[in-house]
Amino acid sequence: MEPLREYEGIVYPLNRVNVDTDQIIPKQFLKRIERQGFGQFLFYHWRFDDQGELRENFLLNNEQYRDASILVAGQNFGCGSSREHAPWALLDYGFRVIIAPSFADIFYNNCFKNGVLPIKLKEEEVDQLLENAKQPYYKLTVNLEKQTVYDNHSFQAYFDIDSYPKEMLMNGRDEIAMTLTLDDKITAYEQKKQALI
Amino acid sequence: MQPKTIIDKIWERHIVHKEIGKPDLLYIDLHLVHEVTSPQAFEGLRMNQRKIRRPDLTFATMDHNVPTVHQNVIKDEIARKQMDVLEENCREFGIALAGIQHPDQGIVHVIGPELGLTQPGKTIVCGDSHTSTHGAFGALAFGIGTSEVEHVLATQTLWQKRPKTLQVKVNGKLGLGVTAKDLILAIIAKYGVDVGTGSVIEYTGEAIRDMSMEERMTVCNMSIEAGARAGLISPDEKTFAYLKGRKHAPQSDAFEEKIEEWRALATDEGAEYDRTIEIDASEVEPQVTWGTNPSMCASVNSQVPILENIKEKSERQAVKQALAYMDLQPGMPIKDISVQHVFIGSCTNSRMSDLRAAAEVIKGRKVHPGVRALIVPGSRTVKNEAEKEGLDKIFIEAGFEWREPGCSMCLAMNDDIVPPGERCASTSNRNFEGRQGNGSRTHLVSPAMAAAAAIAGKFVDVRQLETAKV
Repeated sequence: MEPLREYEGIVYPLNRVNVDTDQIIPKQFLKRIERQGFGQFLFYHWRFDDQGELRENFLLNNEQYRDASILVAGQNFGCGSSREHAPWALLDYGFRVIIAPSFADIFYNNCFKNGVLPIKLKEEEVDQLLENAKQPYYKLTVNLEKQTVYDNHSFQAYFDIDSYPKEMLMNGRDEIAMTLTLDDKITAYEQKKQALI
Repeated sequence: MQPKTIIDKIWERHIVHKEIGKPDLLYIDLHLVHEVTSPQAFEGLRMNQRKIRRPDLTFATMDHNVPTVHQNVIKDEIARKQMDVLEENCREFGIALAGIQHPDQGIVHVIGPELGLTQPGKTIVCGDSHTSTHGAFGALAFGIGTSEVEHVLATQTLWQKRPKTLQVKVNGKLGLGVTAKDLILAIIAKYGVDVGTGSVIEYTGEAIRDMSMEERMTVCNMSIEAGARAGLISPDEKTFAYLKGRKHAPQSDAFEEKIEEWRALATDEGAEYDRTIEIDASEVEPQVTWGTNPSMCASVNSQVPILENIKEKSERQAVKQALAYMDLQPGMPIKDISVQHVFIGSCTNSRMSDLRAAAEVIKGRKVHPGVRALIVPGSRTVKNEAEKEGLDKIFIEAGFEWREPGCSMCLAMNDDIVPPGERCASTSNRNFEGRQGNGSRTHLVSPAMAAAAAIAGKFVDVRQLETAKV
């Protein structure tokens, strides 16, 4: 996992609430056994029509948003299925940061495991960003250590994040390796449990 | 002693390690695995030369991709590969697998309880959001992503932030012809798709206590559609009676001893929850979703919403988008919506009681000529039992297709797809855009309501139909 400390990127505004993981990556693309290569299927039915042609009226298809890497969306982003293909698709497409007023729990967790930073901001702040990003090439900077998001003008916001995922992401840690250092504790727990049976 | 909720009791018993600034390291008692969310996890283990800590606490099946016409005729090469890979992984790592044609095969959330793998007090995970189903037994069961699947395979633990507790109190009794599915849809319609975010729900109250285990599974199954991490119900005599004699449940004396332990898990009198919300069961009517998430739902006797009546701007916009996708007119009666497909199945509603409820409505009637209707039992065991009772004949005579077990049209990963622009009355759990096929339009309902829609070709209040004994 690639660490993330400070990050600057172009913002893509997705002004929708309750964006579910079926929209982020439809089920027909879940049959692959790899972790890579899902970016081409991101928001598939919003980006492409039934003939597989790009839909011109979907903003992400606009040349000016092609290099966006910070996604801003409405509340309850990532609801529905637990498929980790959703953050894989977002990351593979180029999104490193997702900003929304709220996220579904499983999606939120899945992001951190893949080096994607989900940021919860207040609804008014998200509304402001959705408005600002109507201007193409609008950029934001995220400082994970200080837990701030700001632009080159007047926008500045502070976000809450638990210390554990923050530290994991800042250092790009392998969580399994870390847990395996607690092997003694897990074994002790298993023995205690066994003794009770 | 301080009274505790079942959620707190299970949580505290599973803490392996606690440290300031970190979530709790929680032990996992049962890990269920299926073909779609596991291949990358096994690959990760292989790349790092890691072993599986407890293959004996891991159980795999195939459900998402499996064909339901002839289970072993898999035309889709990529799907076949995914299933072959699961088989190879289970062989290599020593995991029990109920694969294609295996007598125990079925939807992961149907077979867990059926085999007695699901038990009160267990922590249960699966790379699938509907893992909350197992909460019906008083287990703490939740869906996880593939990275967490890998973490559990390697360590049998997960780092988990302690959830908030949310009591959903269901007062009174459900009316005749109103089901567990209608209740959970009504709860989500009333409180929204994110009411449970960050929380584990405990369902309490008279209507919940009155429910059979299968009905409780339907309720807990859709906890995730209310945004909850998990949903559960304190175990009682019905729970124990259901589990007794099941293949993986404790046997004879050991079972009796377990019952005492399980009984003590139930939430203590006077225990406090972080939040409580309530609903009156007697006011719930048969529900039909009209939109593109499960909260966009109304009584069959009401209408599609009128945009002007929705005050909040973002909600109005969401409803407008949903109605455009669903091609419905604001204010139109739900009963005027006609359907071309009916799907009875999924981890929400594919158990014996669901099939019986559908058969009672269908018996002696015919599927409407404009409707294609599918019944997909949740497991091979359900299928065999239904055939023993003769339910398959009732369905087939009425014009239903009687299929092999799997997830099928709930998410349409196999060939069971609703074509673009067509509507499906479905007993599944999600009505998201494209869920049952690109451009498909899903209306979530109970099995009895789906059966009634199959006959009428449109939504009708099932309580107005005479039902037969099956």
